[in-house]
Amino acid sequence: MALPEVKQSATEARLSALTLPEGGCLKAARHAALSRVQTMGLPSRRDEYWKYTKPDTLVQAEASKAAVFETGEAPMFDGFDRLKVVFVDGVFDAEASDDLSLEGISIERIADICEKDIHWAKDLYGVLEARGQTPVERPLAALNTAFATDGVVIHVTGTPSKPVNLVYRHADEKSDAILHHVIKVDSGASATILENGPAAARFNKCMEIDVADGGALHLVRAQGRDHERRAATHLFARLGSESVFKSFTLTVNGVLTRNEAVVELTGDDAVAHIAGACVGDGDFHHDDTVFITHDAVNCESRQVFKKVLRNGATGVFQGKILVKEGAQKTDGYQISQSLLLDDDSQFLAKPELEIYADDVACSHGSTSGAIDEEGLFYLRSRGVPKAEATDLMTLAFLAEAVDEIEDAEVAAAIIGRLEGWLARRH
Amino acid sequence: MAALDQTQVKEGVDQETVDAVREVGGAYKYGWETDIEMEYAPKGVNPDIVRLISEKNEEPEWMTEWRLKAFERWEQMDEPKWAMVSYPEIDFQDQYYYARPKSMETKPKSLDEVDPKLLATYEKLGIPLKEQMILAGVEGAGNAPEEGRKVAVDAVFDSVSVGTTFQKELKEAGVIFCSISEAIREHPELVKKYLGSVVPVSDNFYATLNSAVFSDGSFVYVPPGVRCPMELSTYFRINAENTGQFERTLIIADKGSYVSYLEGCTAPQRDTAQLHAAVVEIIIEEDAEVKYSTVQNWYPGDENGKGGIYNFVTKRADCRGDRAKVMWTQVETGSAVTWKYPSCILRGDESQGEFYSIAIANNMQQADTGTKMVHLGKNTKSRIVSKGISAGKAQNTYRGLVSMHPKAKNSRNYTQCDSLLIGDKCGAHTVPYIEVKNNSSRVEHEATTSKVDDDQLFYCRQRGMDEEEAVALVVNGFCKDVLQALPMEFAMEAQQLVAISLEGSVG
Repeated sequence: MALPEVKQSATEARLSALTLPEGGCLKAARHAALSRVQTMGLPSRRDEYWKYTKPDTLVQAEASKAAVFETGEAPMFDGFDRLKVVFVDGVFDAEASDDLSLEGISIERIADICEKDIHWAKDLYGVLEARGQTPVERPLAALNTAFATDGVVIHVTGTPSKPVNLVYRHADEKSDAILHHVIKVDSGASATILENGPAAARFNKCMEIDVADGGALHLVRAQGRDHERRAATHLFARLGSESVFKSFTLTVNGVLTRNEAVVELTGDDAVAHIAGACVGDGDFHHDDTVFITHDAVNCESRQVFKKVLRNGATGVFQGKILVKEGAQKTDGYQISQSLLLDDDSQFLAKPELEIYADDVACSHGSTSGAIDEEGLFYLRSRGVPKAEATDLMTLAFLAEAVDEIEDAEVAAAIIGRLEGWLARRH
Repeated sequence: MAALDQTQVKEGVDQETVDAVREVGGAYKYGWETDIEMEYAPKGVNPDIVRLISEKNEEPEWMTEWRLKAFERWEQMDEPKWAMVSYPEIDFQDQYYYARPKSMETKPKSLDEVDPKLLATYEKLGIPLKEQMILAGVEGAGNAPEEGRKVAVDAVFDSVSVGTTFQKELKEAGVIFCSISEAIREHPELVKKYLGSVVPVSDNFYATLNSAVFSDGSFVYVPPGVRCPMELSTYFRINAENTGQFERTLIIADKGSYVSYLEGCTAPQRDTAQLHAAVVEIIIEEDAEVKYSTVQNWYPGDENGKGGIYNFVTKRADCRGDRAKVMWTQVETGSAVTWKYPSCILRGDESQGEFYSIAIANNMQQADTGTKMVHLGKNTKSRIVSKGISAGKAQNTYRGLVSMHPKAKNSRNYTQCDSLLIGDKCGAHTVPYIEVKNNSSRVEHEATTSKVDDDQLFYCRQRGMDEEEAVALVVNGFCKDVLQALPMEFAMEAQQLVAISLEGSVG
């Protein structure tokens, strides 16, 4: 079917501003992705899946300017024992990065593997993204697969002694970065990936994750404090039996963030937790879009999203649990909550369930409202000043999402950042 | 019902529920047809057909123009595809848009003059068109209060209203209850003022089609301060083959008034699907209250999905005045495909909207139903309770919107959607949209059975019931509340439905 004219011209304009990389062994994957983009067209405001978030600035040919924000505070995971991989405006910076060798894990640049004829990543690059295009189209992810200029492929073969930290620095106020990572976790292997930083003025990131039977991957990211930046990220995960995948995202500021997570539980007894906390001010717009497919028996999925919004900020949540026929004994849970600190902010949610199996326990809840007056009164009656009481309750609200992080040290660092945000308010 | 008989029902779903669903989805009791000579308009829809319908109803010029404008709009519109239902392409030119019994050519002056065959049809359906205590001869009369209960009935047969009972008594109270075609002729000022003011002509594809070709339906006006002395009801019967029914209902509750309105529907068992596209508009002024209850039992098609009614309905209530109140109650058991979202616009301050729904889909039935609560006024309240049950190969979807506008300060919404699957070949889906644009409003959406009202649960448990029993009691108690609000005509279906418990259900 031909695309609507507006969509067709917007797509052509965007594509003409990009050059398809040579590709090497990924050439076929890139070409296939390009044709997906051409068939689907890039998202427009009229698309149901973009009902609550305007994709215009993510789609337009040139990135809008975004000032580089000097926070004055040390980057999120600086104090951690980690293996640092640094990208500046979406380009790998070897000098700033650590030596990429570490026992139990191999890290290579996409640019390097392209030169090889045979590589394991060839079987995953663009494959999980393509699977994630049905039943809902995600054209920005296909655009990423076709045009990604950098990224890493990570193969977890054992249990590395420290986490890998992908650091995304933003230096140029007009940068337009497209990064694509592929992570493969072997059977029984386990690793933690940390990500932080604003990355670029406009950032399109796609991460494909394949966790084999009994493998485990923990992902924690903090999206940086640059307020003017825009980001569209996609995470595609496929989980084998008895595997575990846990992801947490912290978003503080950002004029536009759309984080999509597409998780497929394909092996029995797999566990997926997707969580997020975001706090925003003013023209902050944050969108969490999650699609979890249960296609095996006795799997567990959990979505926990908390948003604190003020001064006209907008929070969006679109979450879906799809339980396929035969995926019995599924335990699916989803909660999305927003705390509106003033009357100008808004919360828009679409928590969906689609269930084709009868022996399942799926539930979802969504709430929105102001700070609980009774709780506030309780604290104040015990001598806590109003501002402090409000902060305490806000933090308690967000902590439920942060609790999803298993590593206590990482969780403490996240709480620290949230406290910082609250303190800046006064 | 073979499909359900062979189904392995999971542990925890009690047999009573399964039996009740089986009963409801079992042999369709209203599948017979009345052999009566009919008069049809030519097949298809075009401006001439629209004019013909208008002419048959002896409508004034403005009404004909209104219809033609709607038709013009409809031609430019596309059929909505977003619902989770699939059915073969409908050929809108391959059906009749107007069918009436020959005997209705000259409108009977009173019920005594109505064709006995038509009266017998309604008698057989359990809706005697007589001005009697409605309970006489209707099953379940034992539970009724001694003095009996009056229900005025407007009976719509294919495209025309056959008769309306108790018109005189209602008139004495100041209530106007008649067919919409009569209202267009007799009360044009009211119709002109309100028709299309809640569901605009170009609201959606089916509503626009309805605006162009609606043939009949009911009209209610309750004057200020009047509590309608009896329940009003309309019974819709599709009889003719290849005929779509397009009825239009307009209810106006003026300041401080109250009315309870009931709607029932059945159709003969046929191999070809039939279209039903209705529009219901309700206007509720200051301090007025309207209760609207539906038992929808159109022919659902056979167990292989052959035949059945495509039910594409637009229902909306507009709480215009402060403290206006509306309550939608629906029991959806019929239709091959249901596409229906009775909605509330809470415009007046402190106005209230409620939506209670039980939707049962069996065999190859598909139901996509829910509600919209649009909060515009301050301190408005809404409550949504939806119970969906799927069996056989059916698909049951709750689709709803709760919208809190920036000016709807201190408003509240509570939504609970529960679904139950009986068998592993069916589906249950929930698609809620929640839009909150101010912070003094509180919105809660839940889809878990464990969250029955905590206070009630606590009360039951305190008295020694275990959790399961307590939940069953509370849920059943709720179902009974909904079903008891329905008229005795629906008693038989109601009794079967009351047995349904929702334990072991999923969100």
